[in-house]
Amino acid sequence: MTALNFGDDMAITDPSGPATGPLTTADGKPLVKALARSQARLRRKAFFLVLPLLAFVLITFVVPIGQMLQRSFYNDGFSANMPLTSAWFAQTERGTVPDDAAWQALALDLQASAEARNIGTVGTRVNYDMPGTRSLFTSTGRKVRRGIDPPYQQTLLEIDDEWADPQLWSTMREASKPYTANFYLASVDRTRDAEGNIEQVDERQRVYVMLFWRTFWLSGLITALTFVLGFPIAHLLATLPMRKSNLLMILVLLPFWTSLLVRTTSWMVLLQQQGVINDLLVWIGIIPDGQRWQMIYNQTGTIIAMTHILLPFMILPLYSVMRTINPSYVRAARSLGATSWTAFRRIYFPQTLPGLGAGAMLVFILAVGYYITPALVGGSSGQLISNMIAQHMTGTLNWSIAAALAALLLGAVLALYWLYDRLVGVDNLKLG
Amino acid sequence: MAVPSYATPLERIWHYAYVAICVAIFFFLIAPIIVIIPLSFNAEPYFTFTEKMRSFDPEGYSLRWYDSLLTFGMQAPDAVRDTSWWADAWANAKWVKAAKNSIIIGVCSTIVATSLGTLAALGLSRPEMPFRRAIMAILISPMIVPLIITATGMFFFYSNPCELLTIFGFSPQCGRLAGTYVGVILAHATLGIPFVIITVTATLVGFDQSLNRAAASLGANPRVTFFRVTMPLILPGVVSGALFAFVTSFDEVVAVLFIAGPDQQTIPRQMWNGIREQISPAILAVATLLVIFSIALLTTVELLRRRSERIRGLSPQ
Repeated sequence: MTALNFGDDMAITDPSGPATGPLTTADGKPLVKALARSQARLRRKAFFLVLPLLAFVLITFVVPIGQMLQRSFYNDGFSANMPLTSAWFAQTERGTVPDDAAWQALALDLQASAEARNIGTVGTRVNYDMPGTRSLFTSTGRKVRRGIDPPYQQTLLEIDDEWADPQLWSTMREASKPYTANFYLASVDRTRDAEGNIEQVDERQRVYVMLFWRTFWLSGLITALTFVLGFPIAHLLATLPMRKSNLLMILVLLPFWTSLLVRTTSWMVLLQQQGVINDLLVWIGIIPDGQRWQMIYNQTGTIIAMTHILLPFMILPLYSVMRTINPSYVRAARSLGATSWTAFRRIYFPQTLPGLGAGAMLVFILAVGYYITPALVGGSSGQLISNMIAQHMTGTLNWSIAAALAALLLGAVLALYWLYDRLVGVDNLKLG
Repeated sequence: MAVPSYATPLERIWHYAYVAICVAIFFFLIAPIIVIIPLSFNAEPYFTFTEKMRSFDPEGYSLRWYDSLLTFGMQAPDAVRDTSWWADAWANAKWVKAAKNSIIIGVCSTIVATSLGTLAALGLSRPEMPFRRAIMAILISPMIVPLIITATGMFFFYSNPCELLTIFGFSPQCGRLAGTYVGVILAHATLGIPFVIITVTATLVGFDQSLNRAAASLGANPRVTFFRVTMPLILPGVVSGALFAFVTSFDEVVAVLFIAGPDQQTIPRQMWNGIREQISPAILAVATLLVIFSIALLTTVELLRRRSERIRGLSPQ
């Protein structure tokens, strides 16, 4: 009873307010609200520290990639420069035989865009879907630039009878829509026939699916090779005393820090037909001088060089996980009668899986997007999908298909990245 | 790692085989980098050890490829080597120009990446940070997205950076960023940011937040707290992040291929040209110099890492 009375006394005499109400701060505000406000302030502060960098990365990285992706489904090269023809296509059904209105629209559009010097853009756009048609547009454009008179159909067919080709009209119909999925179709070796059905392209032109498969297959193989080579090294480094392992670690870190081009160059030097390894093999007498091995400018070159370059990315995560494995587990297994193989298989190896997963995903993600090394040592059979993107960007200038290929590759990489983040966590990424 | 005393003979054999395998893998890792060093002193334009080199005949070795790094692109490479010759080399030699460009671009992009990255890392390692995981994933993504995709995107964006504003109904004209130093620096800063974020957040994991509160309770304002307390402690992490960012820029060729103009030729770009066109042992001379450079960097980073661990008391020594 005394205790209760004492409490009541306090409630009456306490100047800061009734004890039965919510807890408050010194100046009388409810504590919950004050806490929430100060938490929000802290959150804002933390966010404002990150904001400049986030804005920077969004502008210089995310937006450019978004713009590039837009090119993979949007191309107004035809629709913007051939408005009348595009309108005719929009009004008619697929497969409509071009009537007089169509020929008139085509002729006037060709004349106008040739006069505005945009005919090349139009030709390029149609050429994406039907190779070899760009010159038809430019040469016709030169002839009709100063004006064109009816009958339009006859005039155009006199200039080039390819204008009557139903395939061309079907292609133009496809090109007249600025938003299109055709570049994605093309990047999986599909196309639309005259009726608009999706079909596989001619067998000799099927390259992209094969390249995607090759990219994934080679990346998988390289990941497996880095695992086979990296596992013993990581194990050795993790079990040696710190002083020795730090010394040996230099042998792993030096390649990691050495320029990619330097490492690629040294493999070119080593693997050439007149290079060090072939010379050595001839000198030992394993192979006769006339039959030097072709180890570079093919898939072998890509595999060897990329395995070497990506090996540290496997070793480092494996090592950091193996360091934390308690050696007494294996000893306990041995003392319970396990052979060294069983102890390794059942006790040690399962504990290395987090490191193995992290390393394998990192190597695979990096390998899928490799460009420099395959371009230099890959020849034609060692090229990956990145090389095809670069080829379309700088060689054939078919930017839309480059963007579509890049989008597919990016999708694959981001899916893997998401998986990596879920399984490993990006904040667990370590360097050196 | 010794063989345990209870090992069976088979296990002993396996142990030695294992050590031999490890030696072979280490050899695979390091030999390609080492082998180019003697080859860069080749007196002949070959990529293999000549007869004279194998018999250690001094005539088989020369510095001609190092010399060619200076003379290549000079206006009068055969003139007497006086001050004007050196001035010519400094102004016109292609490799010297490339080195200057690499250093300018590398240093500027490192400054951008490190300052923004350190600030962001400080925010990211606060427990109150909202959307931490998502933002971290975005900031790390330049390291994960294939370079060719990044370079392709930047190629379009940098040729007309104002195109973006057309969505909002503006149609402003502004200069190209492609083919300018600013463009390459911004691109390289973007690529270096993940490395700064990773190293600095890793350093901040071991950072004792109560030190900041102690400084504040002793009357320091946030700025003083940062520069006098936080900064000295995380400096090793910041410096090694900066070195990573510098190396990323110094080694980067894909973005340079896509967005740099002829004035922004860097060392990797020049090497790329050299390898694709006429590969000569001059490439090996550059490669050797770069290997020495990376050894110096590696040593610095290792020393920094140990210092950082010692400061934070993570390391036993």
